[in-house]
Amino acid sequence: MGSALTSTLPASAASEPEAVVPPQHAANPRMVALLSWLAPVLLLLVWEAAAQLGRIPPHLLPAPSKVARTAFHLAVHGSLLHDLGISLLRAAAGFAIGGSIGFALGTAVGFSRIAEALIDRSVQMIRAIPFLALLPLVIVWLGVGEAEKIFLVALGVTFPIYINTTLGIRQVDPKLLELGRVQGLGTAAMIRRIVLPGALPSVLTGVRYALATAWLALVVAETIGADAGIGFLAMDAREFLRTDVIFLTILIYALIGVSADWVARRLERRLLAWHPNFASPGGR
Amino acid sequence: MSALPPAVRVVNLVRRYGGRTVLNDLNLRIERGEFVVLLGESGCGKTTLLRALAGLDHVQGGRIEAPRRPAMVFQEHRLLPWDPLWRNVALGLQAADARARAEAALAEVGLGGRLDDWPRNLSGGQAQRVALARALVQKPELLLLDEPFAALDALTRIRMHALVKQLVARHRPAVLLVTHDVDEAIALADRILVMREGAIAAGYFVSDARDPLALRQSLLAELGVTTFA
Repeated sequence: MGSALTSTLPASAASEPEAVVPPQHAANPRMVALLSWLAPVLLLLVWEAAAQLGRIPPHLLPAPSKVARTAFHLAVHGSLLHDLGISLLRAAAGFAIGGSIGFALGTAVGFSRIAEALIDRSVQMIRAIPFLALLPLVIVWLGVGEAEKIFLVALGVTFPIYINTTLGIRQVDPKLLELGRVQGLGTAAMIRRIVLPGALPSVLTGVRYALATAWLALVVAETIGADAGIGFLAMDAREFLRTDVIFLTILIYALIGVSADWVARRLERRLLAWHPNFASPGGR
Repeated sequence: MSALPPAVRVVNLVRRYGGRTVLNDLNLRIERGEFVVLLGESGCGKTTLLRALAGLDHVQGGRIEAPRRPAMVFQEHRLLPWDPLWRNVALGLQAADARARAEAALAEVGLGGRLDDWPRNLSGGQAQRVALARALVQKPELLLLDEPFAALDALTRIRMHALVKQLVARHRPAVLLVTHDVDEAIALADRILVMREGAIAAGYFVSDARDPLALRQSLLAELGVTTFA
């Protein structure tokens, strides 16, 4: 693409210099943003109308309004909030455990060639296994319970954090480390002032990736067997063909995933305010 | 001046990389408060000498007597992009009033109002001024400058010369500046040394030169550049 551009640009620039000017019909960005909502909203309306007119069997595809009513009902009279809390707790616990292990191992390997020799090959071998394939084994080890779910989430979180931490530390500019020596920093100060801040963008990328894996692990673990949580709600609803509840749980999983990503982005913007890629425009 | 021990004394320094001898029995003495500029072609060992003085490189033979912690400014500014300017200047300062001292140092280089600004908002010349502030805030007895102005445009470079002169006159560290630029050397130095094949080949006191143009000619001749003036 780059070569095509450079080969065509001089010719077109010579013949028609006004080609550099952006197209006249460039629309107002707010209109464009509004326009992007058109298709989903339209789809929702068609779906609702078709369901109201009885064109879709409700046990296959419930009306959006029905899902909304179910959400309200379950939140007020049912166990929706309780189940949501349990799912969040599992995710948080698994994330904390897996994140700590991944960060600790990644830091050790990033710093020391000896730690790399001792650890990295084993981690890479375990990483080659799709972690969800371990589920039957994990159930045999830990049974169907909280431990099994948290373990699975932790397993999914460990590797993205590990890899990105190692990578981040390796990528720290050696010239800055040299500067640290000139300025007389000790090892601890060197790590705190130069290595960890330098590795942070990469670590946060790992966090965002790990959040996605954590949700995937949670959905699978809760679907296999649970007596509480969003996944339990879904499987319980399946028994009674309550498609509206199933739809609701899917929606909740999606919403939580989106919010987790939003939180991670906010974190990046705050922690990486110095970084040109994350800087708020015009801000200091 | 010579009654006091010198700021730097280097005796018979030897540094080899593989089979190549980069520093070959090099001897050097810098008095306290003296501004010495080291000229030489690329690969003559100037930077190696500077790095040895900074303790960033080990040598195979000879002796170095230099202040334990000289300050150094590199060709690149090497500011930490994640720290605001004052934290960059205060890097390695152990004082409780680090921020105040960083503020004073930034004011000295004309960036007093920008304590909390990020390095990415600086021009090349401004970034190099912060690097100078970071070096001087340490109150060094020896200041090592490794082609610090090489990447700047000609006008900014001239402004930086004036600033360095003024700062050095105030803080009186001994200075060793490495450069390719003969005019920079004449503008700044008390003494100019020409380095060739890993040793000091010639030395000139700038104050002795009656005619700066003649000094320029002889320096260029030492560097193997013949002009037809």
